[in-house]
Amino acid sequence: MKRFIGFIKKEFYHIFRDKRSLFILFGMPIAQILLFGFAITNEINNVDIAILDHSKDATTNEITNKIAASKYFSIKKIVTSEADITSVFKKGHVKAVLNFEKDFSKNLIKEHKATIQIITDATDPNTANTISNYVNAILQQYQKEQNKEIKIAYQIVPETRMVYNPELKSVYMFVPGVMTIILMLVSAMMTSISITREKELGTMEILLVSPLKPFQVIIGKVFPYIFLSIINAIVIVLLSIFIFKMPVQGSLFLLGLESVLFIISALALGILISTISETQQTAMMISLMGLMLPVILLSGFIFPISSMPVPLQLISNIIPAKWFIIIIKGIMLKGVGIQFIWKETLILVGMTVFCIALSVKKYKIRLE
Amino acid sequence: MNNNKVIQVEGLTKMFGDFTAVNAITFEVEKGEIFGFLGANGAGKTTAMKMLIGISKPTSGEANVAGFDVFTHAEDIKKNIGYMSQKFALYDDLTVKENITFFGGIYGLSRKIIKEKSDVLIAELGLEKVANQLVGSLPLGWKQKLSFSVSLLHDPKIVFLDEPTGGVDPITRRQFWEMIYKASNQGTTVFVTTHYMDEAEYCDRVSIMVNGKIEALDTPKKLKKQFNAATMNDVFLKLARG
Repeated sequence: MKRFIGFIKKEFYHIFRDKRSLFILFGMPIAQILLFGFAITNEINNVDIAILDHSKDATTNEITNKIAASKYFSIKKIVTSEADITSVFKKGHVKAVLNFEKDFSKNLIKEHKATIQIITDATDPNTANTISNYVNAILQQYQKEQNKEIKIAYQIVPETRMVYNPELKSVYMFVPGVMTIILMLVSAMMTSISITREKELGTMEILLVSPLKPFQVIIGKVFPYIFLSIINAIVIVLLSIFIFKMPVQGSLFLLGLESVLFIISALALGILISTISETQQTAMMISLMGLMLPVILLSGFIFPISSMPVPLQLISNIIPAKWFIIIIKGIMLKGVGIQFIWKETLILVGMTVFCIALSVKKYKIRLE
Repeated sequence: MNNNKVIQVEGLTKMFGDFTAVNAITFEVEKGEIFGFLGANGAGKTTAMKMLIGISKPTSGEANVAGFDVFTHAEDIKKNIGYMSQKFALYDDLTVKENITFFGGIYGLSRKIIKEKSDVLIAELGLEKVANQLVGSLPLGWKQKLSFSVSLLHDPKIVFLDEPTGGVDPITRRQFWEMIYKASNQGTTVFVTTHYMDEAEYCDRVSIMVNGKIEALDTPKKLKKQFNAATMNDVFLKLARG
């Protein structure tokens, strides 16, 4: 045990004295989460919109004024027919059109229900989604105020229509995605590089000649990265909660456990890579091409898997990151418990066991 | 087993597929001896050495190192030998002291003993001023001397040196050999491979490997006589050229 602690201490020296790896370890997660967070921002300001008012009555006027008064929107155009909607969108004058149905006030009083259509230009899906959310919020607030006064509950039904891109993806997508990338990067790439580094420098030979058992050497090399990856996961979750106000709906404990599982599966991949590469450069290339690209492109992080061609959909199944993203999206965004994600968890466990078994086998062959 | 024989090898063979890298070599090394293990590149030196230090399993034959069988007790052998390779055994990004502590630690030495030994070692090598500097900043010769001392830290019965003096100047090489003599005088057996034929002259006995076989084994003096050569260099050339 004492030998092992000495070994781990040495690993930490390696990590903390290498500025490059320090940057990858700590600079990267923060930079990425901030970049993604602000690039895919959910803040909107003074968005140009158009109004199509079929009723022109007191209520629609009030709502229009309310929207115009908010700092989020400015009313750029008043259009008079449905045909105009297409033309203002095509010209790119406005990002959204609010379409009040005929007899809005009358319907509200008679049937306690009136419909307003929010049509958004979804070529930029995130903005489109945000716009519709903000309009909804304003409508709901108006409704609340009104209901208080007249004491009869009535309902303004917003009907959202996304044009140009009906399949909208969540803005909170990036946090699970970035978390997955970072954990993969730190765990798999950094370990594979640090193990091949010992091979390249010839110190691995020295370690193998010492009384340390091969598995002790590997666990000793991997252990610091488990620790650092967990810290990274915590930092990412904190950043997303406090900077991006993204609440974690589900259990933090479960989120932690699943993250550790994913970290271990990534470490197993890293060990596997280190057994097949002789130099740090090879390890880095394999990690980048073999792990990072699939994680970014095929995990469903950026591109929805459902719209991929079937062969790619099939390939995406063998990428651990895909399952981890499903799991943490479930926990963070939907607040689900283990009963909804046990299948994905089991798949991840299976992949981890497979990778560990394979790398143990490979490692033995190499020692012969 | 004779207690004075710390390495006993008989018919040791290593095959990679059809290729015989080491072909039934037989030799013995006595306690405290400096044993030169010579051969051209690819002659099988490194493979033979790897079998003796327990990181490569022999195909057939017998070998006993430091009192343990290489087939069944490789782990015990590892505890009783030191090893320094032609590549560096030290970590460039750790300081002199940290390297000593780390290697002492993986051989299971207690903190107190490591502290004592590292003070002695640093004083002997005159490294007091750089003890807290990264090893990467030291000159090559210092690194090699330090590396050798580190391989002796746990008082091994035998120390295996794989081309330890590659790339250093003659003065440092000379100092290095003085360290080897000192270790040998203190009873540590030294098993050394080298390319430098003048170094072969410093060994008590020398074996020369050609194509996986030991073609000559004796004291440098007797070898020179046997091959009617003036220097070990000539002996080596005569053998290697067949």
